[in-house]
Amino acid sequence: MMKEMADMLEIKNLTKVLADKLVLKNITLTLNKGEVLAVIGPNGAGKSTFFKCVVGLLQPSSGDISFAGRQLTKKSLIAKRKIGFLGHESYLYSSLSSVENLLFYGKLYKVNHLEEKIPLLLKEVGLHLFKDVPIRSFSRGMIQRLSIARVLLSEPEILMLDEPHTGLDQEAVALLNRIILSKKAAGISIILISHDFEQVHKLADRVAVLKSGRIIDTLTMGEESNLYEMKEWYEKVVTEG
Amino acid sequence: MKTILLDALTIAGKDLKGELRSKQTIGMMLVFSALVIIIFSFAFDPTSNTVKAIIPGLVWVITIFAGILGLNRSFVSELENHCLTGLRTAPIDPSSIYLGKVLANFSLVTSVQLISIPVLFLLFGYRFTGSYLWFCCIVICGTIGFIIVGTFLAALAANAKNSEMLLPVLLLPLISPLLIAGVQATRIVLESLEITDAISWLKLMIAYDFLFLAVCFLLFEYIMEES
Amino acid sequence: MRQENLFDRILLYILIPSVFILLYLIFIWSPVEKIMGETQKIFYIHVGTAWVAFLAFFVVGFYSVWTLIKPNMNRYIYAGISAEIGVVFTTITLLSGMTWGRASWNTWWSWEPRLVTTLILLFIYVAYLFIRKMDGSWEKIAKLSSVFGIIGCLNVPIVFMAIRWWNSKLHPVVFGEGKNQSGGGIEPEMLATLLFSVFTITILYVFLMRKGAEIEKMRHIVKKSKNKLINKLAS
Repeated sequence: MMKEMADMLEIKNLTKVLADKLVLKNITLTLNKGEVLAVIGPNGAGKSTFFKCVVGLLQPSSGDISFAGRQLTKKSLIAKRKIGFLGHESYLYSSLSSVENLLFYGKLYKVNHLEEKIPLLLKEVGLHLFKDVPIRSFSRGMIQRLSIARVLLSEPEILMLDEPHTGLDQEAVALLNRIILSKKAAGISIILISHDFEQVHKLADRVAVLKSGRIIDTLTMGEESNLYEMKEWYEKVVTEG
Repeated sequence: MKTILLDALTIAGKDLKGELRSKQTIGMMLVFSALVIIIFSFAFDPTSNTVKAIIPGLVWVITIFAGILGLNRSFVSELENHCLTGLRTAPIDPSSIYLGKVLANFSLVTSVQLISIPVLFLLFGYRFTGSYLWFCCIVICGTIGFIIVGTFLAALAANAKNSEMLLPVLLLPLISPLLIAGVQATRIVLESLEITDAISWLKLMIAYDFLFLAVCFLLFEYIMEES
Repeated sequence: MRQENLFDRILLYILIPSVFILLYLIFIWSPVEKIMGETQKIFYIHVGTAWVAFLAFFVVGFYSVWTLIKPNMNRYIYAGISAEIGVVFTTITLLSGMTWGRASWNTWWSWEPRLVTTLILLFIYVAYLFIRKMDGSWEKIAKLSSVFGIIGCLNVPIVFMAIRWWNSKLHPVVFGEGKNQSGGGIEPEMLATLLFSVFTITILYVFLMRKGAEIEKMRHIVKKSKNKLINKLAS
């Protein structure tokens, strides 16, 4: 019973066929509460498709995805509210200001006390000085910060981050990592897609390698594991798998 | 159902807020409808007596041409930063996206009509003698139907690269019954003929509106699904 | 596979003699109409193709609903082939209708409800085929085109009704007889020829449908193996 509770997200035999191609084959994964799982793998391995299936953008061809013990379907809006998805794109409206963007998404996610939360969040990501500027003039880094704020606004229990570090400068990466680790400490489960081994090494508790739609190996990261070993392990697994 | 409506209002509010700030789409639509009127005045001499016969048709021609401009924008604008994907990951029913867009487009087209139809009467020197109430009723019913089908097809066409070209080709055959009904009913009202005939056209338009609202509402989630 | 071939062969064996019998019936056996003369013979082809044009469209609608409920490559292909055949038959209907109109009313085009509905049907068909030409995976296009197929199908009766009201000069008749163009009492020989024509053209439609679907399926297989080969060469 205890174990049931600890599994935030459980994916069983997930298979997806896209354009007559088997993109995902029998993926089985569990994500525990407060765990950071990194999914790595070569290009075209199906990482993004995997994410899309979990957040409900794509319907899996077969298999189950359950969230906190309950199966996810098309209509499970409550569960969708608990998943924060940070994609490649920002999903923000460039004609609106940062506050308006957050207000809009906050309303859709039915967030309470929006007026108090938004200034706090903007401060957290360091955008409080630009809160009324239309985001058209924002740089890539600022947009990424704002989209992080958008994802955090709904206080998700699972964070799904699709290559969150790309295009960010050192400062922003540090900010992002700080946020990820603090959310992890608060008991939020995080799945991360990344090509950046350094960040994966810093953040992840467990690493799964996805190749040609299959999870070929997973590695639990301990205190003593180092970056070099992880890279070696990855290369070995990918060439063999 | 209530949350669908609330979400729809949120989405429509967002669209209109963005539009109020930039005024790009509505400005284009206004200028375009003015240009259509001018082009038609070259095509049909506005000083001759034939004007009365073409006014009912012109009302609908400017609505539809200007409306298509707005409809094209309504989903293409969501493609920037992949906002539509953001909406689809949000915990809302896909139908509320549709309803929100219908509301936003309807307000946009109606506000264009509020200016362009008086301008049309003015430039063609047309003296309005019919019943204002019935005229507004007919124009609103027709516009609602046009927006219901148009918004749906705009969402469909937005999947194509050449969506601006595709939308009119998809839309015009489908709204042809509405157009016939609208033009005939408008003619009856403007020429102050027997109102009962206009009412039966109005009934056809209302039936069309309800039928397609229901169908589009149900089918919209299939357009939103990615595969 | 063998079973399907057998069915196709039977269809073909029925079709070929039927076409010759039909030609005989139309041009030799059936009596010449008193007022219209020889031009009335167009009528048999016109009605037959018109029937198939509308039938094909409702088949598109039917397969569209089915594709939406249970996506399947075959249903998607059948819907598309039916639409393509529909375009051909709608065009024939329009052309024969225009020729008929020229002969009997001395005008190529009359804004007659059935003719205009057919024209709009043609445009809906073409729009449908445009959607199918979009880029993307077949699943996505199947969904989008099915949705449009359903809406278009619903629209056809409404178009017909609206145009009939419009033509009846603002005095709506909802149901019952409109203007009767085909003449009142039809001779039994004419009726028999007409029915046989409808039968033959329907068989033709079914035959074309099966052959078209077969070709389309082959095309998909070829495309698939091509992709496979390219992938193999690339890796």
